[in-house]
Amino acid sequence: MDEALNTGLAGLITRMADDELVLGHRNSEWTGLGPILEEDIAFSSMAQDKIGHALALYQVLERELGGTDPDHFAFFRDAGQYQCCHFVEYPNREYDFSLMRHFLFDAAETVRFASLEESTFQPFRQLARKFRGELKYHMMHARAWIHQLGHGGEAARERMQSCLSSCFGSSLGIFEEGIGDDTLISSGIFPGEKALREKWLELVEPLLEAAAFQMPSVAETGPDTGGRTGIHTSFLQPLLDEMREVFRMDPAASW
Amino acid sequence: MIMDRKKEQEVALELVEDALRQVMDPEIPVLSVMDLGMITGIDIASDHIGIRMIPTFSACPAVQVIRGGIKKKLEQKFSIPVQVDIDPEISWNSNRITEEGKEKLRHFKIAPPSAISEWEEGSLSAIPCPFCQSRNTYLRSPFGSTLCRSLHFCRDCGSLFEHFKELE
Repeated sequence: MDEALNTGLAGLITRMADDELVLGHRNSEWTGLGPILEEDIAFSSMAQDKIGHALALYQVLERELGGTDPDHFAFFRDAGQYQCCHFVEYPNREYDFSLMRHFLFDAAETVRFASLEESTFQPFRQLARKFRGELKYHMMHARAWIHQLGHGGEAARERMQSCLSSCFGSSLGIFEEGIGDDTLISSGIFPGEKALREKWLELVEPLLEAAAFQMPSVAETGPDTGGRTGIHTSFLQPLLDEMREVFRMDPAASW
Repeated sequence: MIMDRKKEQEVALELVEDALRQVMDPEIPVLSVMDLGMITGIDIASDHIGIRMIPTFSACPAVQVIRGGIKKKLEQKFSIPVQVDIDPEISWNSNRITEEGKEKLRHFKIAPPSAISEWEEGSLSAIPCPFCQSRNTYLRSPFGSTLCRSLHFCRDCGSLFEHFKELE
């Protein structure tokens, strides 16, 4: 593979993995605090999956593209070297926000990995095949809550609608393009962020409308971007500090 | 009498498989790695044994424990170095659980997965209760106490029970 392609590919893998790592961490913050036991377990399980997906992607980076040790890469970069989108960085707030973020993000993850089943990059095909079955359960969980809360009375509907309206713009930041995407598209590695965004809208719009939510306009909200080039919200650094706290106490410890 | 080479290989393979039947999944201790269909390759050479295995769910935290368990069991039994690798070529699915494994799950009071070809999302709302066999059950949550299980409730006998999820 030529160098431009490798650089683009490393960028794509890094941003996908960083999204999974950071949202996995946010999801795990519900462990022990979920509103009911089943939801506590659900968010903890989905957190575990996300961190597992991040690890698998960091391993591809190490194995195929000469990356560094996955643990070290995951935990010890400066904030500016992370390429996660802003959407996954925001603190959890109330449960309604976490549910809406889970629905929007996991739908995006579903269409992204579905498209990677056709990728010319073999490790993507293998991972996509593996993650497909798992993501199905994430979407089952997300859809059930979107549907039930959409039809669950005025208070529930209003709260979920207000979350949708306030976070839709930042969810569009998932599809911020990376440098080198054009090469990846022409080599058949992935279909590109624009195409993925279209597919994502085709998936989420009917589900939200069936649950009687009003879709915010893409044109009006505009994407919340910068994450892919290392420009982050003020929430990322404290999250990284917390994530590294134990690891830092004794970096040479054997686990 | 000298066994021919092929026969010798077959016997060795059976012995290794028997030993693997004693390596249990730490999360469901009645199931061995053979019951779960986690073994994708056994390579027996004169100076080592190579095992290839696959995790059930990609984030399964038990993988490293199982990997160590296989190595320990085989090295103890055969006094030969054992190398256990994760096989990236094959992806696990729930059809890989053997019939015997499904029977063990039922005894353990976890409803086994149905064949993937018969599975649809609605199936989860009528999983047979492992306590009273009633299908009058519903899905409480697609996530249970481990990644591979979902949580169900039986309207007839009032039991909360777990189901080993279908994974394609």
